[in-house]
Amino acid sequence: MTQLALVIDLNVCVGCQACVTSCKSWNTSGSAGYLADERPYDENPTGTFFNRVQTFEVGEFPTTETIHFPKSCLHCEEPPCVPVCPTGASYKRKSDGIVLVDYDKCIGCGYCAWACPYGVRELDEKRQEMTKCTLCADRIDNPALPIADRQPACVMACPTSARLFGDIHDPDSTVSVAIRERGGYALMPEWGTKPSNHYLPRRRTEPNLREDQIMRVDNPIRIDERLPKSSIPSPSLDDTVSW
Amino acid sequence: MNPAASVIFLTTLIGAGQGLFLALYVVELASRLQLIRIENSVALFVSGSLIALLLSGLGLIASFFHLGHPERAWRAAAMWRTSWLSREVIVLPIFMALLIVYGYAHFAQWDMSLAVGAVTAVVCVALFICTGMIYACIRFLQEWASPLTLMNYFLLGCASGCSLATAVAAFVEPDLTRTFAAAAILLTASALAVRSASLVRNKRLKPKSSLQTALGIHHPRIVQKSQGFMGGSFNTREFFHGKTPHILRSVKWFFLVFTFILPLLLLLLVLGRSTVSAALFCTIFVIQYAGLLAERWFFFAQANHPQNLYYKTIS
Amino acid sequence: MSESSPESNILSENIAGLEIKTTTCYMCACRCGIRVHLRDGNIRYIDGNPEHPLNKGVICAKGASGIMKQQSPARLTVPLLRRAGSDRGKSEFDEISWEQAYSLLETRLAGIRATDPKKFALFTGRDQMQALTGLFAKQFGTPNYAAHGGFCSVNMAAGMIYTIGGSFWEFGGPDLDHAKLFVMIGTAEDHHSNPLKIAISKFKRNGARFISINPVRTGYSAVADEWIPIKPGTDGALLLALINEIIEKGLYDREFLARYSNAGQLVNQQDGDDDFGMFAMDPESDPINPDYPHNKFWWDRLSDKIVPTHTPGADPCLRGEFALADGTVVKPAFQLLIDRVKQYTPEWASEITGIPAETIYRLAHEMGVTARDHKIQLPISWTDSWGKEHTSVTGNPVAFHAMRGLAAHSNGFQTVRALAILMSLLGTIDRPGGFRHKAPFPRAIPPIAKPPRGPQDVKPNSVLEGMPLGFPADPNDLAVDADGKPVRIDKAFSWEHPLSVHGLMHNVITNAWRGDPYKIDTLLIFMANMAWNSSMNTGEVRKMLNDRSEDGEFKIPFLVVCDAFQSEMTAFADLILPDTTYLERHDVMSILDRPISEFDGPVDAVRIPVVAPLGECRPFQEVIIELGGRLKLPAFVHPDGSRKFKNYPDFVVNYETAPGSGIGFLAGWRGKDGDKSICGEPNPKQWEMYAKNNCFFHHELPASYQYMRNWNKGYMDWSKSVRMRRDADPILIHIYSEVLQKFRLAAQGKRPGKQPPDHLRKRIETHFDPLPFYFEPLEGQASDTTKFPLNAVTQRPMAMYHSWDSQNAWLRQIHTHNYLYVNPLVAQAQGIADGDWMWVESVWGKVRCMCRFSEAVEPGTVWTWNAIGKAAGAWNLGPNANESRKGFLLNHLLSEELPPDEGGHVYSNSDPVTGQAGWYDVKVRIYKAGPEEPKETSPQFSLVAPLPGTKTLRRVWQAYVAGRDVPPKKY
Ligand SMILES: Nc1nc2c(c(=O)[nH]1)N[C@H]1C(S)=C(S)[C@@H](COP(=O)(O)OP(=O)(O)OC[C@H]3O[C@@H](n4cnc5c(=O)[nH]c(N)nc54)[C@H](O)[C@@H]3O)O[C@H]1N2
Ligand SMILES: Nc1nc2c(c(=O)[nH]1)N[C@H]1C(S)=C(S)[C@@H](COP(=O)(O)OP(=O)(O)OC[C@H]3O[C@@H](n4cnc5c(=O)[nH]c(N)nc54)[C@H](O)[C@@H]3O)O[C@H]1N2
Ligand code: SF4
Ligand code: SF4
Ligand code: SF4
Ligand code: SF4
Ligand code: SF4
Ligand SMILES: [Mo]
Repeated sequence: MTQLALVIDLNVCVGCQACVTSCKSWNTSGSAGYLADERPYDENPTGTFFNRVQTFEVGEFPTTETIHFPKSCLHCEEPPCVPVCPTGASYKRKSDGIVLVDYDKCIGCGYCAWACPYGVRELDEKRQEMTKCTLCADRIDNPALPIADRQPACVMACPTSARLFGDIHDPDSTVSVAIRERGGYALMPEWGTKPSNHYLPRRRTEPNLREDQIMRVDNPIRIDERLPKSSIPSPSLDDTVSW
Repeated sequence: MNPAASVIFLTTLIGAGQGLFLALYVVELASRLQLIRIENSVALFVSGSLIALLLSGLGLIASFFHLGHPERAWRAAAMWRTSWLSREVIVLPIFMALLIVYGYAHFAQWDMSLAVGAVTAVVCVALFICTGMIYACIRFLQEWASPLTLMNYFLLGCASGCSLATAVAAFVEPDLTRTFAAAAILLTASALAVRSASLVRNKRLKPKSSLQTALGIHHPRIVQKSQGFMGGSFNTREFFHGKTPHILRSVKWFFLVFTFILPLLLLLLVLGRSTVSAALFCTIFVIQYAGLLAERWFFFAQANHPQNLYYKTIS
Repeated sequence: MSESSPESNILSENIAGLEIKTTTCYMCACRCGIRVHLRDGNIRYIDGNPEHPLNKGVICAKGASGIMKQQSPARLTVPLLRRAGSDRGKSEFDEISWEQAYSLLETRLAGIRATDPKKFALFTGRDQMQALTGLFAKQFGTPNYAAHGGFCSVNMAAGMIYTIGGSFWEFGGPDLDHAKLFVMIGTAEDHHSNPLKIAISKFKRNGARFISINPVRTGYSAVADEWIPIKPGTDGALLLALINEIIEKGLYDREFLARYSNAGQLVNQQDGDDDFGMFAMDPESDPINPDYPHNKFWWDRLSDKIVPTHTPGADPCLRGEFALADGTVVKPAFQLLIDRVKQYTPEWASEITGIPAETIYRLAHEMGVTARDHKIQLPISWTDSWGKEHTSVTGNPVAFHAMRGLAAHSNGFQTVRALAILMSLLGTIDRPGGFRHKAPFPRAIPPIAKPPRGPQDVKPNSVLEGMPLGFPADPNDLAVDADGKPVRIDKAFSWEHPLSVHGLMHNVITNAWRGDPYKIDTLLIFMANMAWNSSMNTGEVRKMLNDRSEDGEFKIPFLVVCDAFQSEMTAFADLILPDTTYLERHDVMSILDRPISEFDGPVDAVRIPVVAPLGECRPFQEVIIELGGRLKLPAFVHPDGSRKFKNYPDFVVNYETAPGSGIGFLAGWRGKDGDKSICGEPNPKQWEMYAKNNCFFHHELPASYQYMRNWNKGYMDWSKSVRMRRDADPILIHIYSEVLQKFRLAAQGKRPGKQPPDHLRKRIETHFDPLPFYFEPLEGQASDTTKFPLNAVTQRPMAMYHSWDSQNAWLRQIHTHNYLYVNPLVAQAQGIADGDWMWVESVWGKVRCMCRFSEAVEPGTVWTWNAIGKAAGAWNLGPNANESRKGFLLNHLLSEELPPDEGGHVYSNSDPVTGQAGWYDVKVRIYKAGPEEPKETSPQFSLVAPLPGTKTLRRVWQAYVAGRDVPPKKY
């Protein structure tokens, strides 16, 4: 069985927000329906986005780490948001495991959002329908798009390719390999939601330096410090002393 | 969570309606068993059912205000196999329909009323379970995920319904007021016990999720700097009440006093008196209902959703 | 669970019906290739163009929000004229026609040109069409032209171009494909946006090591393996200590230095000699190129004799002291460097920078050992400028990148020199894994273009002699009159800032207002928000813009602003010219300007309109072509005075730098049939060919021309053949800068020719040091640091471009106001809690803002995002928009001028060599705002009304759906 997902590499994500606005741009004009912005040019502008990038500071100066943390629906394998939906608008697609909302059925009760521990569903204030990341269901298997473009908008946008996309049930997929080899983990494992999206942790390359590497036999100092015989033509002992 | 008026009214109104019905039905049972005598049975049961129906109807109307698309509300019956909300959506109208039948049975003085009442009672209890389970089933809302939530919804509904029954009785069946009042005391006291238990439990709760598990970063000191937007979002509006801890505490004391302490004192006072005006019974119900609104507000406000870990700071 | 209908719901759009047009993004100066997807002619989606060499299909937050730029209510749509009698800044305008605007300009400018062309000044902001605007200024005959460079990062450009013949950003960059160690200094988070992000991520995935040196850890630094916090303005000390330790331990690439730099060339050290500090010259031998003479000496360590530089078989001594035949004492330049840096120990630098000495030692060792022991050999044979054949290209894989953290300090020029020298010591110039040039760089040191040399070069009705901007090689190249007074309004190329190769835009308004050095008549500002974020001392500048002399005339008589939006600046204009957006116009990223070249060869690019201009908007390019024709500027008219070019696209195709030169704005598809590159006659089909090729032209050099280009014979001969260079001379690295020494000698009165005024002699003598040295930034020296102990700096956020994205409905949700980030210990010492309202104050001004604690900032520094705060009503935002109520602008704390010196002379707050604005030199203190104070930023400016022609309807909400006015009912 296929389970599509994003794997987000915190080791390279610089927090640029490209995935945020690309997602908005793709989806607001697409089949996910418009994503409204309230007070777009006034106080406290707010709108519907499927994906947000947050920033956290870990540790204290001077050993602080700054972590940029993108988050969208994790397309859980055991999605608590689905069974609670009274209308069946929220559903998990059997073919590829994407968790979707059928807007035409949604009554806008908000209950599914309560049932998601990750805070990734957003009720569009104007449409009054629940929205969330569709994993770009309208791109990834859309025969109208060239094959290279059949990827989520955010994945194509990401300048650091911090967003990997694929089937986590296929052990040979890039996402599975990344999870396996680079310590991919899930968020809030304590709830048993089995998020499909995973995160790859920061890795640090430490300096690798030994004392004995610094001075080497072919050190240029050996050339440069051997001063030439005649420097300034000042008298030498030979010129002034006779034995 | 950010308490929504619609849901507060929905749950308190139908709870009181359900409680009222159950009180009536228990009385009917008791009278059938010759434990008590009812003079104006038609007036009592018909008016009682009507009031319960009215409350449930108001609750239902309130619930529509919670929906983005009320016109599609009918769809909500679809997922009864998995969704407690869906079940509630199915059970509530059935309950209301049964209330009509029950009231009519009394109006028409059918013999069947007891049987109708029995079915209604089962549905009524089911409705309590559905409502309670809507909250109790969300396991990561730890304040809610407990049998105490179910018991609370049940007992608070019964207590307020019983207080209301007292008031109804004061108009149409004054002899029963004491019986109802005694029951109301009992129910209110048990509700107080259970609600206190849940307060104590919630106070001791250790959140299972932390910023560490939310981010998968294991360091004792993690602080959010930015949540990716500054003017708010659904996630900040829906899940944060934005009130100070002080207000929260005040609301808690308000509901403890209004839902429990005052009604209990007044009801005890009533029991000791020989004659009591109907107005006082009404007042008791109103006080308790006001307390209940606060209790429900607090119930939502106190629930700390793990998603909130992601929405602490803007910059 | 229901499975059937939802599928149709999600896939209801027929994507195949979309039309895709490619063009070049301009949501920032990075210029990525984009695909604009249109539905029924309306923009549905914008993504990166996978075919494009710069961004390879990726896009950034700004680029992906381009749609909202088109939707912006702040768009200007009609030419506007200030209502007679109204004050500037009040935004009282009347609509006029383009014909009115043109004739107004024509009359005014023709008058100026016929009398005194320098009274017309043209300054442009963060634009990318300096080839055209510069040409217009030159043709008009005014020296008063510059773009943003002077306040942006000219220190980085000049410091490196005067040292290695190239620089970072558009000029060159780190080769992270090959590097093993990457050291990023003073770069925030979106510099060279997408390309650098792509490169950093690949680099990190290769497991290589990334170190960031910055007072703040965000953005790129966030993913660094090591963050080294540093006190602002002190990098010079760090770099000099690194140089010292690298020399001390012998970790420099001797072979590289000896052959490819002037390290081995002999410098006159004869006390009292007029040529002290100049290279010893061999009068006997051929200078080969008189402008860049070759006839210098080495002391050959093998034969122990003095020999002409680069004598085959010889190897220069890098140390020692020698005597010429006539007894003149000389030393190799490298010896002078050693003598200089001896004093700069890691312990000394540690005190200044706040970086532990052990860290500095370790850094030096890490750089040196990585460069030496992890060498890369590419099997590419090439021939050097002296004819020696090499069978491979060697790389020392230590790469650097630095930007405004170094540049935007008044000591930045020497700091950047130190960096370039460090990079050279490590042998990393134009080599794999190190720094790589991008065409048309490297250039000669200094490049050939020269500014006008005096008032005689500015004549009525004449083309300007020299270029408005150029690279002085010695004092005689300065644009000063006989008394040493500046020719330019911004005093660029004067003794105050001799190497101000990008001008000093930050002083134009102040100087023009004061009439120092003279009064001007018309100031045309294109694409710069000088009434807000690109001025230092914003509050005062706004007053100057509206100031009148006794006779009631404005001190700056006529102010023209060309902008696409209602910025803070437009309110002060007399005439507003509404520009198009990048999706509505033809544009050229020209090889004559700063193209988007790659390491492997020249790349230039174009924009081709994808949608029609809004309202009456016209591209500024068309305005220039039109005015050029009306004013009969030679380049724009036929000899008979008739107009030469139909429009801008026509100009781009047919313009040649000189008749028949074959060099034009675009390098691709030249020649009648489009079969020539770089150089060739005009091709009428050039635009079509660019359009067919994703709007860019990429000329990939053969591998043997891709490296060591300063000294690569093949590359040099090729670039000469396509006229990218005038000569094929090698470009030796200037470890020791004789150019600087010439200015110093002039200041010491030892050189004939132009002499500095006496009050500037000391300043020139000090700062024109031929070897890098460290001094505390000028403003710091003049500040009471016990009273103002902290440094305040800004950073650009990735999702905002300067001031111009607050009108973007999506981007402003990400940054709608800003906080001052303060280390908690520092804030708490002042009783300031996280989120509190507080004051930040410098000698120049104070700003009320909100505090945000951060552990990712060095305790001596406070910082905020640049240009998020806005003036009320600007950008057509609502009066309560967060930008003006909570957001703040740090520029209110800055000054464009330093306090007067002992002699009462006032200088620009800039680097004394280059005139680079010292944005990050300001010293501040912080304290808590009183409980009674309004919870609102201060200063506040009176609300400006929306301009005529902008969308007045303030929508409570909006939703964008391409091609549909109203949001659809069905999705
Ligand atoms: N405190 C502080 N101040 C700084 C800096 C800092 O680091 N700290 N950085 C400085 C630096 S490096 C720079 S480069 C400057 C940048 O300063 P500016 O060059 O002034 O940049 P912007 O503020 O973006 O203003 C550019 C103007 O161009 C307009 N514009 C946008 N698109 C178009 C277009 O297509 N056509 C036309 N005609 N106009 C357009 C915008 O509306 C805006 O009014 O800021 C400087 N100011
Ligand atoms: N998104 C976005 N991208 C942009 C721009 C934009 O406005 N928005 N502007 C473009 C322009 S015009 C420019 S000039 C570039 C500028 O790009 P950067 O040079 O990266 O510019 P700044 O944002 O000014 O950041 C300066 C950095 O230097 C650090 N710093 C300050 N003082 C010192 C110091 O003394 N030493 C060291 N080591 N570090 C110091 C600051 O903490 C900050 O990280 O960005 C370009 N890219
Ligand atoms: S686009 Fe990539 S790098 Fe940028 S915030 Fe998103 S995941 Fe991170
Ligand atoms: S992340 Fe939330 S919305 Fe997405 S599937 Fe999991 S529970 Fe549902
Ligand atoms: S908001 Fe919509 S999707 Fe969510 S539970 Fe309610 S009906 Fe289902
Ligand atoms: S997969 Fe598509 S819908 Fe989901 S966050 Fe990425 S762009 Fe948005
Ligand atoms: S970096 Fe972003 S805004 Fe700048 S040109 Fe590239 S895509 Fe456009
Ligand atoms: Mo800049």
